[in-house]
Amino acid sequence: MTELNNSELIRLSAAQLAAKLAAREVTSVEVTQAYLDRIADVDGQVNAFLHVNAEEALAVAAEVDAIRAAGGAEAEALHELAGVPIAVKDLIVTIGQPTTAGSKILEGWHSPYDATVIKKLRAAKMPILGKTNLDEFAMGSSTEHSAYGPTRNPWDLDRIPGGSGGGSAAAVAAFEAPLALGTDTGGSIRQPGAVTGTVGMKPTYGAVSRYGAIAMASSLDQIGPVSRTVLDSALLQEVIGGHDPFDSTSLTDRLDTLVAAAKTGNVTGMKIGIVKELHGEGYQAGVENRFNESLELLKEAGAEIVEVSCPNFKYALGAYYLIMPSEVSSNLAKFDGVRYGLRVLPKDGPMTIERVMGATRAAGFGDEVKRRIILGTYALSAGYYDAYYGSAQKVRTLIQRDFDAAFAQADVLISPTAPTTAFKLGEKLDDPLAMYLNDVATIPANMAGIPGLSLPGGLADEDGLPVGIQLLAPAREDARLYRVGAVLESLLEEKWGGPLLAKAPALDSSSTTAGGSN
Amino acid sequence: MSTDAILSFEEAMEKYDPVLGFEVHVELNTNTKMFSSAPNVFGDEPNTNVNEVDLGMPGVLPVVNKTAVESSIKIGLALNCKIAESCRFARKNYFYPDTPKNFQTSQYDEPIAYDGYLDIELSDGSVFRVEIERAHMEEDAGKLTHMGGATGRIQGADYSLVDYNRAGVPLVEIVTKPIEGAGSRAPELAKAYVAAVREIVKNLGVSDARMERGNVRCDANVSLRPHGRERFGIRSETKNVNSLRAVEHAVRYEIQRHAAVLESGEPVIQETRHWHEDTRTTTSGRAKSDADDYRYFPEPDLVPVLASREWVEELRATLPEPPAARRKRLQADWGYSDLEFRDVVNAGVMDSIEETIAAGASASVARKWWMGEIVGRAKTADVDPSELGVTPQTIVELNTLVEGGKINNKMASQVLDGVLAGEGAPAEIVEKRGLAVVSDDGPLLEAIDAALAAQPDVAEKIRGGKLQAIGAIVGGVMKATRGQADAGRVKELILERLGVEG
Repeated sequence: MTELNNSELIRLSAAQLAAKLAAREVTSVEVTQAYLDRIADVDGQVNAFLHVNAEEALAVAAEVDAIRAAGGAEAEALHELAGVPIAVKDLIVTIGQPTTAGSKILEGWHSPYDATVIKKLRAAKMPILGKTNLDEFAMGSSTEHSAYGPTRNPWDLDRIPGGSGGGSAAAVAAFEAPLALGTDTGGSIRQPGAVTGTVGMKPTYGAVSRYGAIAMASSLDQIGPVSRTVLDSALLQEVIGGHDPFDSTSLTDRLDTLVAAAKTGNVTGMKIGIVKELHGEGYQAGVENRFNESLELLKEAGAEIVEVSCPNFKYALGAYYLIMPSEVSSNLAKFDGVRYGLRVLPKDGPMTIERVMGATRAAGFGDEVKRRIILGTYALSAGYYDAYYGSAQKVRTLIQRDFDAAFAQADVLISPTAPTTAFKLGEKLDDPLAMYLNDVATIPANMAGIPGLSLPGGLADEDGLPVGIQLLAPAREDARLYRVGAVLESLLEEKWGGPLLAKAPALDSSSTTAGGSN
Repeated sequence: MSTDAILSFEEAMEKYDPVLGFEVHVELNTNTKMFSSAPNVFGDEPNTNVNEVDLGMPGVLPVVNKTAVESSIKIGLALNCKIAESCRFARKNYFYPDTPKNFQTSQYDEPIAYDGYLDIELSDGSVFRVEIERAHMEEDAGKLTHMGGATGRIQGADYSLVDYNRAGVPLVEIVTKPIEGAGSRAPELAKAYVAAVREIVKNLGVSDARMERGNVRCDANVSLRPHGRERFGIRSETKNVNSLRAVEHAVRYEIQRHAAVLESGEPVIQETRHWHEDTRTTTSGRAKSDADDYRYFPEPDLVPVLASREWVEELRATLPEPPAARRKRLQADWGYSDLEFRDVVNAGVMDSIEETIAAGASASVARKWWMGEIVGRAKTADVDPSELGVTPQTIVELNTLVEGGKINNKMASQVLDGVLAGEGAPAEIVEKRGLAVVSDDGPLLEAIDAALAAQPDVAEKIRGGKLQAIGAIVGGVMKATRGQADAGRVKELILERLGVEG
């Protein structure tokens, strides 16, 4: 049995931790405490966590340790990831911890129920370290739209960690958690993964229950894993996936060959399609370079690289910014100060229900949320519906057809995950359109409901910051992404001589006091 | 409250042709709500039959209640509708505190049932066909109670209480096509149509169908046009007209009001109207214009509801006997004449009679009570007979007392008054009011002797065989016993006393 120090322990992958826990080389309490210590050390700089759930996490860890120590059938029945800690995006409701959605309007709100994915984490006895930061109601690509301050990119604290799930990605990149849950409506798992050098998976729409994920755009939202390795995401997706009677849009069966696919990665004879419209113009040179390098590696590994065209993708961003805000305008109507959350009374004038609702929403929502509510309200209005929402739905169908045609020519599609590496905090805050363009490569997958995986593709030459490679597969073919992703990951790590995150600058732990806002 | 001018109904009919339209909301009696597993129960403590879905908590998702879909299909079939193979829900967006999500999940452009009809029997025996546009599924809102303020409405209230128990209760909204050609029968047709819908959903067992609890709620649309004109006039929509009589009255009132407006040369305003049972008038509600924008869009949290033809046929096979057929059967079973049966139906006591017979009364006894005693009292009290408070059990008990000779018919009528006054069950009232027929012969014999002694000439006539003279003696005995004697028994005893064979 080798003794690991905490710094080594927190750098292990979830699969490695699981193996050491099963072999009783470490205890879950040791692992969980190591992560809590790391959060205390570095989260003052990163601000990945909105809430740290130390007490409950340690209690779950102790329970797992006790079961393992006792042995027998109960120990045998423990889930493979039992005792491996996880962080949860603060858009997903949890009993026993606040859920804010990154918004003032839910400050201090405690959910009376657990999201289905949280029930599954609890059933697997995975200690929940806390809730991670996000753009308010998951609206943004930089986590700067959080009402609780931005999260910083562990690779460069002056840069954004992506968004909306910047907290989950930064927590995993900064070794504050081995795993995290994210949600992806237009790229909120994959783009933060790309810019932080982590793995992010948006499963097939319906593969993971949305029950308890605070809805942004219901027809696009999907919960998925955030991790440091492809295998870890597959392990986590198998924990959280499967049909849920509480989510009518969830698939009726479960996708259960994911881990096997990640373990037996193989691309020999596979056709991998470059999407003409998802690279080139508008993409940073360093991003393109890393993308081309990945293509070369896949080719060397026996894959056939083909080029496909998806001509309707040029309308995807525009259609997305009609469908998403339309659903947002309706989904966020419930935040009105009547039943829960913030209630603000008008300063003067009559105290009518409309004015209380208005004052609450004016004070509780940030600008980006308001912008999208206004956009969506407009797009759904009588007289505009057909031109906006209706046309956007037609574009959605065209995008699905483009994918159908592309997947007739290729088993998997490949592109850079994001056009650029992490930009500076504040750089795009006043330019919503520039911000929206970050998701140009990730949005088509949401529009079509297909799975998308982002994995680290190396560092851009010009700024030394992580680049993400996105793989896309037909609906329900999540396993195919894990299979190809695992191959590419091992080829790249071989080239780098280890995980990309080993190249990340160390965070200075001495200058910080305590992590989180617990 | 209302200062609206009205024209007499006859004058209105002379000049104008009414066009009606109804939206009837039927609350389904499923065990759980339309989109959540919370119980669907009426009358419980406020905000107890709710879960996170009904409260619109962050993160919740709806799931369609399969039984509610079945009930909706049954209603559609009973209304002779086509059933959509696939249909969707939509969101109707508006901010109001009785709607926890600030949108109502409802069917919009894809109703589950459409293009049906219902044949309505009117009191003159004619049949009027009402075309059904659609029947669609939706969820009910919570119940608001406005505290303080003069009107009981949200305007001017000090505060409002919200009960979300009703939020999410499954509803089917049945919408008619414009109903033309009813003429002066419009108010009667209105009542008969709502009664028929209520009868159908009750008969299907899909709703408790109690209008006083809001299980069946009617919005009545009325417009007038001059005779001979094809184009419809501007309509008003009178909301929540929640008894059969009120439907009739509201339609009649709106016809009279519209006529007065049109006579004055003013245009009718398109608006919702509130019905006031106390004054039997409507008052102006919210102006309803085409500017109302609910921003409907397909509910993205739900998948389409699929109704396979096999399923629909299975459900069709389970449908109970339609009400019209049932009426024919009941008339035959009960042996009522056409006239008797029509009176029973028009008086709205057919169901009550059926229940009374089921509780043990004979068909003629049930009819005697409902038609003879209860309908008149309901008329006086100005309520529907079934809402007067007489249960089938009351009638069975009353009848048992009469048939057992405990009380006579005259007393039974008094006992019924006692029941309605809330004095208790019939037997208790008989006791409390001291109404029992005198059955001990001792006191009777004394009274008979006294009567005979008082009228010796009459006694002589009877002895002489003039039996018809006995009435005078019986009358004297009844007077002496303040009507509590059984007249039949008195007659027997008199004859016995005088030694005459009866």
